[in-house]
Amino acid sequence: MGKRGVKKLGRVAQFALLGAVALGLGGCSLPTFGGFRGATSQGQTEFKLWSWMTIAGVVVAVIVWGLILWAMVAYRRRDSNQIPKQFHGNLPVEILYTVIPLIIVGFIFFYTVVAENKVDALAPNPAVRITVTGFQWGWSFSYTDSSGKQLALVETAQRRPPLLAASPLSSQYPRFELPLGETTQITLVSNDVVHTFYVPAFNFGRQALPGVTNRFDFTPVETGVFVGHCATYCGLYHSEMLFSVAVVSPNSFHTWLNSHATSGGAP
Amino acid sequence: MTILADRPAAFDESPALEHAQAPSGFLKWVTSTDHKVIGKNYTVTAVIFFLLAGCMAMLIRAQLANPDSTLLSQHTYNEMFTMHGSLMIYLFVGPVAFGGLANYVVPLQIGAPDMAFPRLNALSYWLYLGGGSLMMMGFLTTGSAADFGWVAYAPLSNSINTPGAGPDLWIVALILTGFSAIFTGVNLVSTIYYLRAPGMTMFRMPIFTWNMLVTGILILIAFPVFTSALVMLWCDRHLGAHIFEVQGGGVPVLWQDLFWFFGHPEVYILALPFFGIVTDIIAVFSRKPIFGYRGMVFATISIAALSTSVWAHHMFTTGVVLLPFFSLMSYLIAVPTGIKFFNWIGTMWRGSVKFDTPMLFCIGFLGTFLVGGVTGILLASPPIDFATHDTYFVVAHFHSVVMALVMGAFAGFFYWYPKMTGRMLREGLGKATFWFMFIGTNVTFDPQYLLGLKGSPRRVAEYAASEGFTTLNRISSAGAVLLFISVAIFLVNLVVSWRVPIPAGDNPWDASSLEWATSSPPPHHNFLKIPPIRSQRPVWDQNHPEHRILEHAKPRFGGLLANAGGSTVLLEDLSADGDEGAEGPGSDDYGGTGGPVL
Repeated sequence: MGKRGVKKLGRVAQFALLGAVALGLGGCSLPTFGGFRGATSQGQTEFKLWSWMTIAGVVVAVIVWGLILWAMVAYRRRDSNQIPKQFHGNLPVEILYTVIPLIIVGFIFFYTVVAENKVDALAPNPAVRITVTGFQWGWSFSYTDSSGKQLALVETAQRRPPLLAASPLSSQYPRFELPLGETTQITLVSNDVVHTFYVPAFNFGRQALPGVTNRFDFTPVETGVFVGHCATYCGLYHSEMLFSVAVVSPNSFHTWLNSHATSGGAP
Repeated sequence: MTILADRPAAFDESPALEHAQAPSGFLKWVTSTDHKVIGKNYTVTAVIFFLLAGCMAMLIRAQLANPDSTLLSQHTYNEMFTMHGSLMIYLFVGPVAFGGLANYVVPLQIGAPDMAFPRLNALSYWLYLGGGSLMMMGFLTTGSAADFGWVAYAPLSNSINTPGAGPDLWIVALILTGFSAIFTGVNLVSTIYYLRAPGMTMFRMPIFTWNMLVTGILILIAFPVFTSALVMLWCDRHLGAHIFEVQGGGVPVLWQDLFWFFGHPEVYILALPFFGIVTDIIAVFSRKPIFGYRGMVFATISIAALSTSVWAHHMFTTGVVLLPFFSLMSYLIAVPTGIKFFNWIGTMWRGSVKFDTPMLFCIGFLGTFLVGGVTGILLASPPIDFATHDTYFVVAHFHSVVMALVMGAFAGFFYWYPKMTGRMLREGLGKATFWFMFIGTNVTFDPQYLLGLKGSPRRVAEYAASEGFTTLNRISSAGAVLLFISVAIFLVNLVVSWRVPIPAGDNPWDASSLEWATSSPPPHHNFLKIPPIRSQRPVWDQNHPEHRILEHAKPRFGGLLANAGGSTVLLEDLSADGDEGAEGPGSDDYGGTGGPVL
């Protein structure tokens, strides 16, 4: 009885594999499943992992849903007196569905570690350094040189915002700029409670934790203005702890930086 | 056919005499130490908290149905999501399982007269009711209820950022319910180890009882940590302990570590009971033994073991945890969970599956839990978590999981309600409840995955129209209405069954475990007589002696051991006269004589 079942499972798995390959090769770009493709090189690395893992997840889910539906339909009770054969297991099948998930876990863990190392890598000499501070309820973005001297500063003007949230792009929230194609290193801190610096289009968020200094790099690959939120609940006006980030050409970035220079800061 | 052959006469009369003076009504509610009464009290109290938390969820969805909504103030909204989460997690999903259903069912399933420590059991309930009420009293204080989220991250939860009595009541409430859970854990583990009827070896226990044993152990691992952390938080707020304050040399992220060291095992404390319910119900409604019984047990144990080393996947974005370790451990939980899924399908495989309401809810559980499981795998990947952490993607993920568990709970309600009350619930209304809940769950929470991927953070009281979150939020709110209707239909079902009862009989589902051998509702001390227990399905063996569990085609190590010991009671002697059971069932291949033998 086991063999037929195993064969059936094998056939289903073959179809699933074919489907996955067709999806991967057929389209010239990976499906987004609703996610952002990533406006930074780090975000794009995350996106590729997201897309492949979601494909794998959908394939597994469709197979399992299929099996559930098949068992429901094929073995529905047709005769109220019917009592099926009272078997309680099938060792080959049980081993099969223990080993296959272990192998899948091995694969996704490997690719996860590869992607994670890319996303978390820090450049030794970033072109721009920004110290981002989260506070109740706003952000400050302090551009510094490699010695930590402040070059320019952008920050939330009004700590207790008006009651209605405007778009994060509106002028009442701070906007900082990044140069296209160059690596910016962000040093993230918090002075009061836990916040999360979160830019959806960069596929990245990191907690601003009191007592901890977090560092990460962004290398933007696309110009544009992107919204940013505080993602970790931080008290009364959490929903209005908004900001935006503009990715511009290196030239206009330097113009902008000079126009925001703090006194005695930029040359 | 009874292993208590020399005792029925005494049993037949003494309960009636002994309990002739037993109080009823309010006095019974207040004074009883009977696990059945306490179990029902727990279930009803938990369902009341569920209804309250559900109303809060409706307010949340009403607020979010429009951009720039001013229906609730930001402060009220923050209270609502804090109390919604707290009530659902701490006061409903856990207590309804380990305090309610398990309290009622586990002693019955193992043939015990009560829990091991009946007074401790009553204390658990009163601590739980007291704690829950205390938490709700936050709404009566001037500063109003707790509003720091159900996770109470330090330092937002300190006395400067969230002053007032409401948050203090929340902390003290959870210290009380923490003790309540720990006592229930002790009680469950002791009961299952020491009070099994003769013949009920460990490997003959129903999977629900097995899962409650493992849940009890997990409670003992997780809840003391949380309860201690809450005491520390209280000391921070009132004694200036500075345990979670940078200013005094404390470490805020320590709260996250302690909280999630509890919080992740807690997920399985919530889930394992419902895994057990679903396992047993699928077997009953497929008229088959559980497929891969021992695989199921070992999967449960490995899930529990792994769950103590995955907590930091809630903290990937803190930047201070070892990402690959916690990622791998989290992925590995998928393996035993996958085994369970295939065992559930295997139980239906070549069975005779009938879709009564409990079974429908089990199917709903499978379909919905799968969504939560697959998205859980995605979130166990640190880079993907960076992109989605604390967005609606996470909200959708754990609501898929928890709504699957709620369907498991409803499966349990519908399955055991006849046992608890002696009355049936209406099938038509039950099926309507199921469809509204199943469709409502998907309409409410599936759009939230997309919301999260579009970058909508969680716990925001409002969003701007320009962010493009409006349509998905409206679909989600419409789904919440369906869920509301489903629960309303369930309440109607309860009323109908109360006003116009349909008697249930002892065993309306042709079920196989011991609780169906006694009357509905069971008498004091549960059993007048216990059928012989010679397999996982004592009641089935009695009702269908010609349909025993088939042995595997080839003998395995278990079979060899059994022959060596000169006894093959498990499989061969089912049809033999049961009198030998009086001296205990003999040793089968797994050892154990019904005493405290593992």
